[in-house]
Amino acid sequence: MAISKILVANRGEIARRVFRTCREMGISSVALYSDPDAGEPHSREADEAVRLPGAKPADTYLNIPAILQAASDSGADALHPGYGFLAENAVFAQAVIEAGLIWIGPPPRAINVMGSKIESKSLMRRAGVPVVPSIELAGLSAPKSAALSLGFPVVVKASAGGGGKGMRVVADSDELNDSIEAARREAVGAFGDGTVFLEKYLASPRHVEIQVFADNHGNVVSLFERECSIQRRHQKIIEESPSPGIDDSLRREMGEAAVAAARTVDYVGAGTVEFLVEDTNFYFLEMNTRLQVEHPVTEMVTGLDLVRLQIEVAEGAPLSPHALRPTTTGHAIEARLYAEDPHNDFLPVSGHIHRFGFEPREGLRIDSGVEDGSNVSVHYDPMLAKIIAYAPSRAEAVASLASALRSAHVHGSTTNRDLLVRVLESRDFVDGNTDTSFLDHHDITALSAPLLDHDEETRAAIAVALADRSLRRAGAVVQKTVPPGWRNSPSQAQRSVYRGPTGEHQIDYITNEGEIHVLGVPPLQIQLASPDLVEIATEDHSYRFEVARYGGIRYADSLSGSARFELLPRFPETAGHEDRGSLHAPMPGKVIRVDVAVGDSVAVGQPLVVLEAMKMEHTLKAPHAGLVTAVACGPDDQVEADEVLVIVVDDQTAPLPRSDIVSA
Amino acid sequence: MQVLGTNIDPRSEEYQTNRAAMEDKLAEFEALMQLARQGGGEKYIERHRKRGKLLARERIELLIDQDSAFLELSTLAAWGTDKNLGANVVTGIGVIEGVECAILAHDPTSQAGSMNRYSVSKTLRIMDIARENRLPLMNLVESGGADLPDQAEVFVVGGKWFRNLTRLSKMGIPTVAIVFGNSTAGGAYFPAMCDYAVMVKERAKVFLGGPPLVKMATGEESTDEELGGAEMHSKISGLSDYFARDEHEAIRMGRDIVSHLNWRKQGYGPTKAADEPVHQIDEILGVIPADLRVPFDMREILARTVDGSRFEEYKAVYGTSLLSGWASVHGFPIGVLANQQGVLFSEEAQKATEFIQLCNRYDTPILFIHNTTGYMVGKDYEQRGIIKDGAKMVNAVANSEVPHIALMAGVSYGAGNYGMSGRSYEPRFVFGYPNHKVAVMGPKQLAGVMSIIARQAAEARGEPFDEAADAANRAEIEAQIESEETAYFSTGRVRDDGLIDPRDTRNVLGIALSAIHSGPVEGTDRFGVFRM
Repeated sequence: MAISKILVANRGEIARRVFRTCREMGISSVALYSDPDAGEPHSREADEAVRLPGAKPADTYLNIPAILQAASDSGADALHPGYGFLAENAVFAQAVIEAGLIWIGPPPRAINVMGSKIESKSLMRRAGVPVVPSIELAGLSAPKSAALSLGFPVVVKASAGGGGKGMRVVADSDELNDSIEAARREAVGAFGDGTVFLEKYLASPRHVEIQVFADNHGNVVSLFERECSIQRRHQKIIEESPSPGIDDSLRREMGEAAVAAARTVDYVGAGTVEFLVEDTNFYFLEMNTRLQVEHPVTEMVTGLDLVRLQIEVAEGAPLSPHALRPTTTGHAIEARLYAEDPHNDFLPVSGHIHRFGFEPREGLRIDSGVEDGSNVSVHYDPMLAKIIAYAPSRAEAVASLASALRSAHVHGSTTNRDLLVRVLESRDFVDGNTDTSFLDHHDITALSAPLLDHDEETRAAIAVALADRSLRRAGAVVQKTVPPGWRNSPSQAQRSVYRGPTGEHQIDYITNEGEIHVLGVPPLQIQLASPDLVEIATEDHSYRFEVARYGGIRYADSLSGSARFELLPRFPETAGHEDRGSLHAPMPGKVIRVDVAVGDSVAVGQPLVVLEAMKMEHTLKAPHAGLVTAVACGPDDQVEADEVLVIVVDDQTAPLPRSDIVSA
Repeated sequence: MQVLGTNIDPRSEEYQTNRAAMEDKLAEFEALMQLARQGGGEKYIERHRKRGKLLARERIELLIDQDSAFLELSTLAAWGTDKNLGANVVTGIGVIEGVECAILAHDPTSQAGSMNRYSVSKTLRIMDIARENRLPLMNLVESGGADLPDQAEVFVVGGKWFRNLTRLSKMGIPTVAIVFGNSTAGGAYFPAMCDYAVMVKERAKVFLGGPPLVKMATGEESTDEELGGAEMHSKISGLSDYFARDEHEAIRMGRDIVSHLNWRKQGYGPTKAADEPVHQIDEILGVIPADLRVPFDMREILARTVDGSRFEEYKAVYGTSLLSGWASVHGFPIGVLANQQGVLFSEEAQKATEFIQLCNRYDTPILFIHNTTGYMVGKDYEQRGIIKDGAKMVNAVANSEVPHIALMAGVSYGAGNYGMSGRSYEPRFVFGYPNHKVAVMGPKQLAGVMSIIARQAAEARGEPFDEAADAANRAEIEAQIESEETAYFSTGRVRDDGLIDPRDTRNVLGIALSAIHSGPVEGTDRFGVFRM
């Protein structure tokens, strides 16, 4: 049953990813877009786009009736759910099928079964797929021997638990009874149910998952593993294949277990069986019944298009010969670039992306939801893009990915780019020592430190200053061809001040006989200084910076990283003397009303005093936000012109640092 | 247009000798420039800084556009006198908010920014430059007033300031005073005569008479702030139009004022390609002979000055002692008259007269490059009317209305100085190389003439001629002229607009021409009656 038009019930990069394969297969596509996504790339790349009014996921990408209506209105005959949102919602899958559409995903029953952690685990145990060993404690008289059979350390868990409540890690048998009691008390308090069980504790396992694929003709294959151990807050950020931590025999065993797991639930389509691996043991964690975020890694090493396979399977075709006898070559690694602030507990950052671009390189794949000019909405996942590097060896792929990230042009949003690069370049990662606690065992602050060190940042600031110099000269309206900063009697340096990631940079330079000399740094040769490209060289190195500007903000991108600068004004706002906060009566008059009292915080423009003079009412407003420190008038007071009526101290009046110019 | 070739061989002994001599001169020149930039010296600079004040040149740097050029003028004023080098003021041409302005800044570290005779000359000169070239005049004021010991040379002449300022205003040339400190008594008229006055809080002091003088005159008790503080003038007297809370704000306000002038230049240039000369500019140092009695080829200077080294020569094989032709500098078209062989004969004078008329006909400014020993003397030449031909040239130069720039590259003696639009012919700018010389005639000639006259007088009286006394006299006169004909002597008395490194010729001329084009650039067809 050939599919002719697919509606993608998703957004961002995964919607674009599906559209790409649709185009290649000659299938029409329909996009959905919420109001904040209007105009974003995914809303423009399908053959048709249907608006989902509103912004919140519940109103838009989770709104089943609206999505089904859109499918019906657009005449789509199939629906691809992407990942996230409704991808693993069996009710939705069922509704899609009942609406007469082809559901590009596994059967709703499989989604249901695998959606329940407890049910899926017991099912797997019965099917002979290894799960983390555990022992029920209800009515158990000798918990110690039970624990010894699991092997310490063990973890006591609440049956009704979640979120770490009622959970205790026990290192040896002496602590066991106390811990069980404590866990019970906590579980009762938290869930009203004191049932606890013992489970083998895996302190730092690897996360290794197997991509499986099944068709309606009884074929189930393993498309090998992906290692996704690098996680922050249980969110994968770096994924690769093959895993550096498993050998061929383990790979085969895990593949077979995964295929068995899929067969157990009569799986169809793309699925992922996740395992925790410790030493040579692996344990079933869960099965994801969807296309994974990290599927490109598998595509790169197998040469398969997983979305195409999904569509073909949904059309009822058997898996292609290539998929049935998959092979893997080389190494692929993916990093997820998020708009988030690693220095602020990875809080998502929303805002405008001025520029989003990567230098083209062999084996590099960018699956991105954004492009130049995109907006990152607060309503959805802040992932900007997946950057995937493919190379013959792991070392090459890792280096290539790190290098691609370092030299990326990402302007406008704080991202986890620096963190990703530092992880990729860390000794442990390079050595393949990856496990799920990687980020717990490494200093996050150090890992997310700016890629450019102080000297490099200074060089970047110099590049920005020189680029700005060229820009100013290019905009000169007179003496355009006279050399920049030309002097017949040189006495001062030209000065620009920028605030960068680690502090202020005051760049002083002079131009002498066509040569630019930057003062206060080791000699630099300026090879090129155009408004957007600067090349400078020291004795043994040369550096190239691309400079971009957005209002007072500058970005200097280099092969080693990027730095964001704020151009500080040439004439800093004069520090507030007492005048700044004092409000004077503009003319003689009578005070009608005083709206504030000492100690009030006021916003800029807030009315403070109303004065009647010359039959007119004059409202004195706060010139800036601040604190009222004095009120020198009351209602009905007659005041003279220029009398101080109110003083509002600006809490921003801390004088900006102003460094006096020094002789060159 | 033809591209000039070159006959310079940088490996030749001649070039090396010339270059070495010029480099010696430039080392001396650079040391003097450095000294001038020191203003009142370390101690006073330190004291000024401690008061939280900016130096004169720092104020200028902040006033002008970032990365724009600044052409400082008459840096070595007061050279060879008992006054500080630079004459306590800094003047020049800078670009503010895209507008070329004439800038004057008192140097308060140098004799408190007081005005001696040279300061007055320099001040009046920058005002002339503002007027002739239609440049807004920015005054960065902080001066102790007249240099009282020099009052006899300052007072009467100095009154012209007030007049100049208001006449600039009348002509529609904006005048701005930014008062950073003292500006009292006569100085008080500085902000008053300007279109705009900016005063710095707690710094500016603008009054006719200070507290002691007021006390003496009327018995009234008063303070500086009451009599002339920035706040008082801004809020009460209204003399100040802009109340700045500090120096940076005052300078920013100065820039804002220029920004709102809606200034449009009236000249037509630049109109030509402004590519760099094809020859090495640096080689210009080896062009001018160490001994100025040896003539040099002005084309070698032009080849390292004008756009693309392009020069269209006029009357190339007639009157060859004077080079004439057309070129452009930084895109601004110019006519060039340059002395090739020192002496001006009748042919050269006639050629110059025609050339000047042509430049006037087509509104082309003229660059005069001096290396002249004057008009030819001798029976033959007198009888063939060298005076009449010289007069034609002087007539043309004097009545020419296109802008002139004089560049003193060698010697400039006698009426040749006038014919080549020397300072008294009011060229828009006069620049000189540090080795140039200017006098009525060379020291040897002058001493020799004096000796011959003395000998004739003795003979007429029938007295024996005292050879020993004559030799001593000649040596003395020669020494006097040698000291008075130097570039430093001339520039010290503000008879030019500054000495320049020959390598800067192109940029100095470019800036000067660009400034000239702020005003209209138009020639005339009206001259005096030419003697035929």
